[in-house]
Amino acid sequence: MTYPEIPRRSWVQRWHVKGIGGTVVLLVLLVASSQMTGVDVGMFFSNFGQFMNLLVRMSHPAWDYTTVIIQPLLETIQMAILGTTIGAAFAIPFAVLSASNLIHSRLLRNVTRLFLDLVRTLPDLLLAAIFVAIFGIGSTAGVVTLAIFSFGMVSKLFYEVIETIDMGPLEALESVGASKVTIIWYAVLPQILNQFISYFLYTLEINVRASTVLGYLGAGGIGVFLQRSLNEFNYSQTAVIILATLVVVLVIDGISNHLRRVLL
Amino acid sequence: MTQAPIISFKGVNKIYSNGTVGLKDISFDIPRGQFLVVVGLSGAGKSTLLRTINRMHEITSGEITIEEEPINDYKGQSLRLLRRKIGMIFQGFNLINRSSVERNVLSGRVSYYPTWKTLCGLFSKADREMAVRSLQRVNLADKLYTRADELSGGQQQRVAIARTLMQDPKIILADEPVASLDPLTTATVMDTLQRLNREDGITVIVNLHSVALARKYADRIIGLRAGQLVYDQPIAAVTEADLNKIYAEGAEA
Amino acid sequence: MTTTTVMTKPHRTIWQRWNWLLWVVVIGALYYWTINGLKFTGLQESAGAVSRSIVDGLVHPQWSYVYDGSGEDLVSLILQTLAIAFLGTIVSAVISVPFAFWAARGTHERFFLRSGSGKVVLTLIRTFPEIVLAIMFIKAVGPGSYAGVLAVSIHSIGMLGKLFSEAIENMDRGSEEAITSAGGRSGQVFALATVPTIMPEFFSYTLYRFEIAVRSASILGMVGAGGIGTPMIFAIQTRNWPKVGIILLGIVIMVLLIDSLSEQLRKRLI
Repeated sequence: MTYPEIPRRSWVQRWHVKGIGGTVVLLVLLVASSQMTGVDVGMFFSNFGQFMNLLVRMSHPAWDYTTVIIQPLLETIQMAILGTTIGAAFAIPFAVLSASNLIHSRLLRNVTRLFLDLVRTLPDLLLAAIFVAIFGIGSTAGVVTLAIFSFGMVSKLFYEVIETIDMGPLEALESVGASKVTIIWYAVLPQILNQFISYFLYTLEINVRASTVLGYLGAGGIGVFLQRSLNEFNYSQTAVIILATLVVVLVIDGISNHLRRVLL
Repeated sequence: MTQAPIISFKGVNKIYSNGTVGLKDISFDIPRGQFLVVVGLSGAGKSTLLRTINRMHEITSGEITIEEEPINDYKGQSLRLLRRKIGMIFQGFNLINRSSVERNVLSGRVSYYPTWKTLCGLFSKADREMAVRSLQRVNLADKLYTRADELSGGQQQRVAIARTLMQDPKIILADEPVASLDPLTTATVMDTLQRLNREDGITVIVNLHSVALARKYADRIIGLRAGQLVYDQPIAAVTEADLNKIYAEGAEA
Repeated sequence: MTTTTVMTKPHRTIWQRWNWLLWVVVIGALYYWTINGLKFTGLQESAGAVSRSIVDGLVHPQWSYVYDGSGEDLVSLILQTLAIAFLGTIVSAVISVPFAFWAARGTHERFFLRSGSGKVVLTLIRTFPEIVLAIMFIKAVGPGSYAGVLAVSIHSIGMLGKLFSEAIENMDRGSEEAITSAGGRSGQVFALATVPTIMPEFFSYTLYRFEIAVRSASILGMVGAGGIGTPMIFAIQTRNWPKVGIILLGIVIMVLLIDSLSEQLRKRLI
């Protein structure tokens, strides 16, 4: 019995060029990055006392401060709800325009998607800084920031949902000559409504987290108080704010997770 | 001494922690060099039976002896040495998908190496040559440096067989080895197992749910139903009617 | 007649028939509360003028800022931002591995005490605002990108640890079983089966997290933790809109490039 020839490895395989090359590139990037950022492990530990001191002061929360921050916390939630709603409302037409199974014009689709990609590149705090400059200090800047931020995120999630729908009912309506609006209302919407709501809630969760720091730049909500306490080195108040934020985020996450489980 | 059975079950029971009965009072012997096929409905305990032999499943009571030594109390090194002489083939092949065929085959040799050498991927030249020979036996030496997940299902199962050959096994356990394969590749995999059984004298125990395959390859067929041994005949005495009875649902034992 | 209709139609309780109304009331009340609670007063009258000058600045960016060799120009600071994100993500990925094994639900675990506690810790880390972390690290190591690296490293553990632990929970245990049944020790099972099976997923999640870290690193500078955020906030505060324009352009291009690069890498390596 003759056996087939044993293959020979190319020199790329024999010397593990990909593995070793990848490791070398990674190490070079690591060294370059640590030089560029001035990372100094020793300094962290020599200043560790100061860091611990800060932690110690934070571990004695000023509980009486709680009553002060309830109102701004509620304002934070209101900002998140309104911002997400506005963003999601604007996202729907853009999601439809980006969905390849509804819009057959390649050009239109690509232009919309490029626009959405551009919107998504902007970090939330950066938007907040700009809108504070435009609208002044207050929750308006926060709501607009969150609206734009969620618009970018929701439109992508939405068009991905639309692209997964079952085309059967759609074609049935198309064949009897129904208009585009009728098709979307009767064949598309029932299939995606639950997932839309689920993604809306998911975005709301993220926005509640984001909105807690927006105020740091003056865009309303609890972040304003966060900035104040940090500037005044009043870390026992900072601790209360962080803990209260944590509770709010966990509660909202819990409610939203529950609703999403019921929906799907 | 060749008369002594290689594996022996004596009153073996297995009850899962949730109360389900896995195996109920199983007693039988497997002589050296036999090609034994276990048949039964899914959930009858075939997989459990197989995995008690290399202690991948623990039994609740009774005794299993392998080469006349009770294995119940093995642990650590003695358990690993037991597992070394028992190769195992799985329905899902269980290869390391993104690694090369060579590395997959070599991994069958782990029990011969200390941990640190495995961590560094240091396998001896002799073992590398052995890996080539094992692959030649399953006709896949030309795939030595191919990634495992680039192979077809039948080829992956043959790589898995080559991997167990690296253990120098005396026993091969195969748990539904062809359940996810098409008829043509099924034949090559079963033929390979048969060749190892005949040429190397390896005792082979295979779980199958196909009656036709069982009749074609087995020296002896045993049947399980609800964890109990309900059938045990050499192939010459097996009739179609017997096998149908094992698969008949709700029939009394 | 009535009895037969009741029997053939699926029976709905009053609750089932009217609970949509409850939802309408709850959601309506929620929005009423939201819109009434927010004060839209204090709108600057100059909003229109400011917007016009912003747009004007964005249309006429200050090109001279792109590169001037001072080390404080756009290109240098964008590179510094990327360095913060890269280093922070790598450090975080390494620290996340033990956290992930801590938080991953084990097959033999009884009351999920170990994995449950791990999940709680990861949630706490995830919820702790990154900006606050950055400020705390500035106290420890002074303002600059080092503080940014530390903030990204610690904050990312929350998300990476969660994603990694889910990858561990859902991984295919087949190859582990194969190595165990061949007589491998637990260390060998880990090295030969667990690591190669789980690595691609870990890698993919780390890349994903890097994309997010690039965005956070570009704003951490707003509180003094290095990178492009510092000149950005100064330019906004001094109403230097042409400079804001060029920095925005730089951030947009950087993020788009990194996203497409990471997508390419992910396709190539999995």
